[in-house]
Amino acid sequence: MDPYILKKDFPILDDKTLIYLDTAASSLKPKQVINKLEEYYEKYSTNVHRGVYNLSYVATEMYEQSRRKACEFINADFDEIVFTRGASSALNIVASSYGLNNLTSDDEIIVSELEHHSQVLPWQNVSNITKAKLVYVPLNKEGRITIENFKKVLNNKTKVVALNYVSNVMGYVTPIKEIIKLSHNVGAIVCVDAAQAAPHKKIDVKDIDCDFLAFSGHKMLGPTGIGVLFGKKELLKEMPPIEFGGDMNDNVNLYDATWKDSPYKFEAGTPPIAGAIGLGAAMDYINDIGIENIAIHEKKLKDYTVSKLLEIEDVVIYNKDAETGIISFNINSVHPHDAVTFFDGDNICMRAGHHCAQLIIKWLKVVATLRVSFYLYNTIEDCDRFIESVKNARDFFKSAGF
Amino acid sequence: MNDLELLYRQVIMEHYKNPRNKGLLDDPTYKAVRIKNPSCGDDITVQTKVENGVIKDIRYDGTGCSICCSSASVMSETLIGKLKEDAMTITETYLNMLTNKEFDTNVDLEEAIVYRGVNKFPARIKCASIAWKAFEGTIEESE
Ligand SMILES: Cc1ncc(COP(=O)(O)O)c(C=O)c1O
Repeated sequence: MDPYILKKDFPILDDKTLIYLDTAASSLKPKQVINKLEEYYEKYSTNVHRGVYNLSYVATEMYEQSRRKACEFINADFDEIVFTRGASSALNIVASSYGLNNLTSDDEIIVSELEHHSQVLPWQNVSNITKAKLVYVPLNKEGRITIENFKKVLNNKTKVVALNYVSNVMGYVTPIKEIIKLSHNVGAIVCVDAAQAAPHKKIDVKDIDCDFLAFSGHKMLGPTGIGVLFGKKELLKEMPPIEFGGDMNDNVNLYDATWKDSPYKFEAGTPPIAGAIGLGAAMDYINDIGIENIAIHEKKLKDYTVSKLLEIEDVVIYNKDAETGIISFNINSVHPHDAVTFFDGDNICMRAGHHCAQLIIKWLKVVATLRVSFYLYNTIEDCDRFIESVKNARDFFKSAGF
Repeated sequence: MNDLELLYRQVIMEHYKNPRNKGLLDDPTYKAVRIKNPSCGDDITVQTKVENGVIKDIRYDGTGCSICCSSASVMSETLIGKLKEDAMTITETYLNMLTNKEFDTNVDLEEAIVYRGVNKFPARIKCASIAWKAFEGTIEESE
């Protein structure tokens, strides 16, 4: 894969001075995806599953074709893929439907301080309502979830394990397959937050044998407002819908109604049709390049950048051994917000803050971190310019008296 | 000097390093308001004591970037001793200046005028505003 050629597919990068290092928040979108959205809006922008006329049939076909692409993308079956607004809404479906209806005060839910708020808060809510106990896996010295520590909290009371596949702050890959196996041995189900995994890592839900898995389109070249919930058939079948409305129902009577089968039971109302179709185009784009090649490229950029940052005095890196393309760091005695304004001045987009993961920021005992994250459109030159900017920022703030 | 240097070189660093009126008091005659920006972690509490229509004292505490913390310090120095009405006019003028709205250039913002440069960094306007907004809140509370 050649990032110099791929870059040309991203209209935002027509601005040659722009360095985009915030893919973990949202990726840029290639013209193949943008064109696909335009195609829907210009050629068949009708509703799905409703019209009996031809255009609506075309829209429905395209929408369902994207579902088939999502199946292939993570090796799921057709009725196991629910389209949602994003990873957050997918994880909320699991917590509100499965969690609230299956847990009691005798049960335990395992989460970690490495979770995004979208994974920890829905389960915190389930815990508050059902009185099931929320249990945190102790992180190791590096801030990782390890099998050894996971075993310390897993027991016969564990009913749900809700963990990330890849951390959005530390970029660590969780040993999820082994965690799932151990969890199943005690009868617990596992809900995987794959928002940072799907764009960068081959996911095979049959191989890891997860019960639920969630990700967002916009972090993997797709449109905003679309995401995927994978759930095992048997589980989705037993779960009640949490949103009610058009298209999700079967027979409607005055005082009761029946629901369609999964996935439609969980897709009340007009879905994000353009988003789903655009996500299909994003998956095609990634498949054409090969997700393994993307992962290798990002890792190379990340390792290079870490090695250069380590040479800069006053830079602290929190995750230098991460397996993916995310670096969390700070410049000593400079608040990340002050720093990020400097980088902005060099037209470098990156993140400063707690990255919607306050628990790991507290665990690190810092107020916030700077974060860069790489993707297929980043190049070694981007890294060099970023490193140069870090040096200049450090010098600038030093001379200003920080 | 570029915009960034202008912004940091002046009063901001001075107040960031040597904050005035920092630290809260356990005194019920002060009205307190806390404002947080959860997306970035800026978190400022301002306490104001008004006596006979005069801003008798302002205290603050909190955490945040240099722009946020220094602006709290500058705010306290600028407003202590002012008539309540004048303090409110200065605050309104300051906030209008930050957000690129029309503002009355006849109002003397004193040192706070240096934050004019912040409007070149739209993502930082909030940092420079929250201490002043909290002050506004303490006055509304005391009314
Ligand atoms: C690890 C992780 N989980 C969940 C989410 C939530 O994704 P979304 O905001 O698209 O719902 C994010 C995105 O910030 C994330 O990084």
